Amino acid sequence: MSFASLPAEIGLGFKPQHFSDIAAAPAAVGFFEVHAENYFGAGGVPHRQLAALRRDYALSLHGVGLSIGGETRLDGHHLAALKALCARYEPESFSEHLAWASHNETYFNDLLPLPLNEATLKRVAAHVDELQAALQCRVLIENPASYLSFSDGTIAEPQFLAELAARTGCGRLLDINNVYVSAVNLGFDPKTYLDAFPLQWIGEIHLAGHSDATDAEGRTLLIDTHGAPIADPVFALYQWVLARTGPRPSLIERDNDVPAWPALVDEAAKAGEILEAARKAQSHQAA
Amino acid sequence: MSQAQFAAALLDPDLAAPATVSAGHRSRFAIYRNNVAVSLIEALATRFPAVRRVVGEEFFAEAARLFVARHPPTSRRIAIYGEDFADFLERLPACAEIPYLGDLARLEAARTHAYHAADAAPLGPETLAVLSAESLADLRVTLHPAVAIIVSAHPIVTIWAMNTGEQPFANIDDWRDQAALISRPAIDVEVRILPPGGAAFLTALARATPLAEAAETAQLSAADFDLTLNLAALFSAGLVSHMSMPPEGTIR
Repeated sequence: MSFASLPAEIGLGFKPQHFSDIAAAPAAVGFFEVHAENYFGAGGVPHRQLAALRRDYALSLHGVGLSIGGETRLDGHHLAALKALCARYEPESFSEHLAWASHNETYFNDLLPLPLNEATLKRVAAHVDELQAALQCRVLIENPASYLSFSDGTIAEPQFLAELAARTGCGRLLDINNVYVSAVNLGFDPKTYLDAFPLQWIGEIHLAGHSDATDAEGRTLLIDTHGAPIADPVFALYQWVLARTGPRPSLIERDNDVPAWPALVDEAAKAGEILEAARKAQSHQAA
Repeated sequence: MSQAQFAAALLDPDLAAPATVSAGHRSRFAIYRNNVAVSLIEALATRFPAVRRVVGEEFFAEAARLFVARHPPTSRRIAIYGEDFADFLERLPACAEIPYLGDLARLEAARTHAYHAADAAPLGPETLAVLSAESLADLRVTLHPAVAIIVSAHPIVTIWAMNTGEQPFANIDDWRDQAALISRPAIDVEVRILPPGGAAFLTALARATPLAEAAETAQLSAADFDLTLNLAALFSAGLVSHMSMPPEGTIR
């Protein structure tokens, strides 16, 4: 299957508790995104809701458990389930993470870090090839939020992702909150990272909130919680990115402390202003 | 880096972070360990709210933490994590004073499966009207994919209902065994108490036993088994998705 692309508008992560609000009045969002694994069940309410959303909105399926960075083989059942889900809902986009989540039989339900080096690149590229062959489409791969680095990491993340795209033809999901969180945690300049990131290949942007903590050594540590509104520095980076890329499909993720629907709509409107300003600037340039 | 080493240390706080984690970041390995534990404990808390209510938040978190360390998920469907949580709770010495806890967990686990079960249109009450008395004896049914039965030596449905807000808290004066029927005739998952012999009847039917034979089995399990009532419930409660009868002239 070959996917159409997501509209260059603001999208929201779908939470079942918001379904009746969304059904009651059309949402001013360009698309919805769901975690693919939440729809691995056979039927019932989840599929009823997803089918209804699919009828009215563009859809992004976001995988969180395939473990593309895993040292062990991709799980054949998982791949088959993703393939069936894509066939059933024909999403505009499928994305996964530069991370691992399982080892042998154990699934950790978390996005775990990888040392970025040639061995990892070879393995991840092979898994992305396998995923794209199974889904018969180009997938987007998301940059992770990092809390630590590895002594055997030899390739910078933007270069790693550029090389992964060159080898597999995959697209990029740029999570700006993750860039900011990693930049603070690992001590680099987010704009230097973004300058090295091939921005033209971005199929989707993610925006989310993080929380502030302190590590054992007393250093500031940001945690990618998806549990708070988008922070101002992340909005500023978003504006900075869009000034270079023009409008892109932009998703607001909120998975914890999920507020009532109107609060998410307000946040979407706030991000939407930045997106529209970028659209105007672009058409201005073109004219 | 060996992921085997990273993976082992995630589940065992006594193991050191993998040696390839940069020297300046070794303490941060704990974030991943914590994320994994917290997310899995949350998954269990979401799936087992009545168990949580019965044992209290603090005890639940402690029991869940132990369970996560000993039985980490093997499925990426986190909604059904905790298939063996009921057995685990029953083996936990601290839970010995709550003898119904395992069955309560089984009931909650069955509800999750019913919630996600395949869609199928149940046969309605009008179905019975078209069946003749003779054909009824040989009737074989396929139960709706969401149907599950939890047999308990405790009033498990009442306990579940009181601990999920379905029913107000009250003393259970009539403490007797209950068999729970979990079903999803329309959109919502329903939990109700099966009448005497109902569990044996449905269990037999689920094995494609002909109706007359299933009724005999039910009768043996409960002398006061009421076939008319149970038969009507099969179709009024949406428990059957298909039925079949041997073609006429078939020798049984």
